[in-house]
Amino acid sequence: MTDAATYAAADRSLTRKRMFTLAAPAVILAYLTYVFVAFDVAGLADRVSLSNMQTLVSDTYSYKVHVTRDNRDGATSVAIEGERKGEYPEGTAPDWVTLADTTRVDLANGAFITLGETTSFDIPGYGTVTATPGRSGVNATFPPGDLPEWINASKNRVAITADGARLTITRNRTEVFRYFYGWELFFFTLDSPFHGKSVTELLSSGQYGAIWSDFWSNKMWRHADVAWALFETVLMAFLGTFGAAMIALPLGFLAAKNFTPLGSLRFAARRVFDFLRGVDGLIWTIVLSRAFGPGPLTGSLAIMLTDTGTFGKIFSEALENVDDKQIEGIASTGAKPLQRYRFGVIPQITPVLLSQVLYYLESNTRSATIIGAITGGGIGLMLTQAIITQKDWEEVSYYIILIILMVMAMDSFSGWLRRRLIQGTGEGTH
Amino acid sequence: MTSAADTAPSPADIRTDYLAQMRQKRMLNMILLLIFATLMVAGFYTADQRNAGGFWNGWRHILDFPADVVGEAYERANLLPGYFVKYLPSLLETINIAGAATLIGAMLALVASMLATRGLAPAGWLIAPVRRLLDILRAVPEIVIALVLIFLLGGGPVPAMIAIALHTVGALGKLFSEVNENASLKPVEGLASTGGSWMQQMMLGVVPQVAPNYLSYALLRFEINIRASAILGFVGAGGIGYDLRNTMSWGQGKFDEAAAIFLLLFAAIIIVDQLSSYFRNRLTHGKAYKDKGAVL
Repeated sequence: MTDAATYAAADRSLTRKRMFTLAAPAVILAYLTYVFVAFDVAGLADRVSLSNMQTLVSDTYSYKVHVTRDNRDGATSVAIEGERKGEYPEGTAPDWVTLADTTRVDLANGAFITLGETTSFDIPGYGTVTATPGRSGVNATFPPGDLPEWINASKNRVAITADGARLTITRNRTEVFRYFYGWELFFFTLDSPFHGKSVTELLSSGQYGAIWSDFWSNKMWRHADVAWALFETVLMAFLGTFGAAMIALPLGFLAAKNFTPLGSLRFAARRVFDFLRGVDGLIWTIVLSRAFGPGPLTGSLAIMLTDTGTFGKIFSEALENVDDKQIEGIASTGAKPLQRYRFGVIPQITPVLLSQVLYYLESNTRSATIIGAITGGGIGLMLTQAIITQKDWEEVSYYIILIILMVMAMDSFSGWLRRRLIQGTGEGTH
Repeated sequence: MTSAADTAPSPADIRTDYLAQMRQKRMLNMILLLIFATLMVAGFYTADQRNAGGFWNGWRHILDFPADVVGEAYERANLLPGYFVKYLPSLLETINIAGAATLIGAMLALVASMLATRGLAPAGWLIAPVRRLLDILRAVPEIVIALVLIFLLGGGPVPAMIAIALHTVGALGKLFSEVNENASLKPVEGLASTGGSWMQQMMLGVVPQVAPNYLSYALLRFEINIRASAILGFVGAGGIGYDLRNTMSWGQGKFDEAAAIFLLLFAAIIIVDQLSSYFRNRLTHGKAYKDKGAVL
């Protein structure tokens, strides 16, 4: 080739490369623009629900206590988050609520509310609001002047949002919400004698069994159920992953060129793997849950089927890469075929297989969470249930944290096991 | 074994020593195997107990549902092409969710991986927090973010896209940073000596070295993300998964549409897998690999 031709070729190559460097970002940009238009990302601003976001965030770090007066029979109740499970027993209340004919509720910064036939709200720096719910609606009187924006009053309903509290008055009921930081009743519910005790008091009481059982059977947070759900999710991943590995190993021999000379058998085994992988976990989950109903078994089997395909492919590739010399060496000592596999092949592939299987164990913990949400089992189910109720966002946050910790724990566990087993075996590859 | 310092161990000693060691090792392996087998059996038993329908009753019905679907699809096979056309836009949406999520995730992962690699990060104190962040992003299952975002943004493809993109950042960020660690630092030093900014050093010094590996990993992620996108559709995030859930809920007698969706999804996954593995082979082995007669 002449110099001129070489220069020309280099020039062309450079131009092509330059075009490519410019074109690739342009294509990516064009594609993303198309997708964003198709998904109506611009309209997202209208769809985003700010109030939902507020509920979610504030619920995550705070909780509220409801003080409710039924205006028809005059009964007053105090309940955490307004739930039956968090209700204070009849006649008891937290120290900021004084139960009487007219109940007094003390709020932060010296504000207080008295609940009775007439409700009055004493707001420092503003004045006193009184309201009497009656047959004709809510008759409220306010201090002179325009209503501030944190008071919302109509004929049938008065709502006042104050510092860390909220008062709502309707004809049927008067309700005070007071907000507190933290997760309510996380350790003990109100019916437990240990509620409100400090750590030192609990430690010195000596009733460890009772303390543990009260914590474990907490009706609000259901620690026992959550622990079981986490276990179930890990169980699904464990059974699915190792079950798949056990099925895929013999099938992997069938699909490997050097172990199965028969082309048609090899072809069939490979198509089975492709099919199992191609049908995908989602479809397997649906099909299996029709036969077995919801539960961890369905999830395990779905993971098992999908991963049999994946492992079959990986294993057969690993088997095709084994070193023949080792097998020949074993054969030269007069080993029978089974012994040849046991001592010639298995030690070579064990590290590869184990590291792949353990790697999938971690990823399948995540899959098990997702499959649990679809088919009903494990922590995935608890998470979807908590989200569907749309009010227990502190539980949603709790589950999310637990899921992240669970996956990370499985990640480090499988990493640890991988290092231990592969170094511990010592045979085969380094 | 050797009691006297001046004598070497006799062959017989070595032999018994070796056999004892072997026995011990074999014993340990047996115990491990036993523990494993017990765990498998006990685990299976527990899962079976906790399931709504047991394994031994269920497995005989395992083919009932597929048989229904196939039967109905076969009966009304003439309608299938119409369904394919009907659900093609949904399939496209599922693929677009995965595509956009992979692209956005890969671009963010590129930056994050540079920040998490020793030698490339502009500041050393950034490495640890960025790595932890990637760990957390990787650990969160997509469905968690998707469900929360569906609550905030309403249904549709955007929550799924964001959820998958975030997970992709975590997964690819780690793989990318492993690739980065093997990149030569000489081009970076050269660019730095000419006064190139950090961005220029990375884009011109590192990315050309690692681009094939990046692309290969991103393609693999795209395969995974298509599956994830179909699953997220099933919990309400749009695309073909959503249609699948709807057609499934119509129940017996209407499974022909579900069959069409199964087929579409299956075909899409197979095609994307094959295409991506073809391109990944070319990226890692070069053009010559294909010429040598390797198929896909």
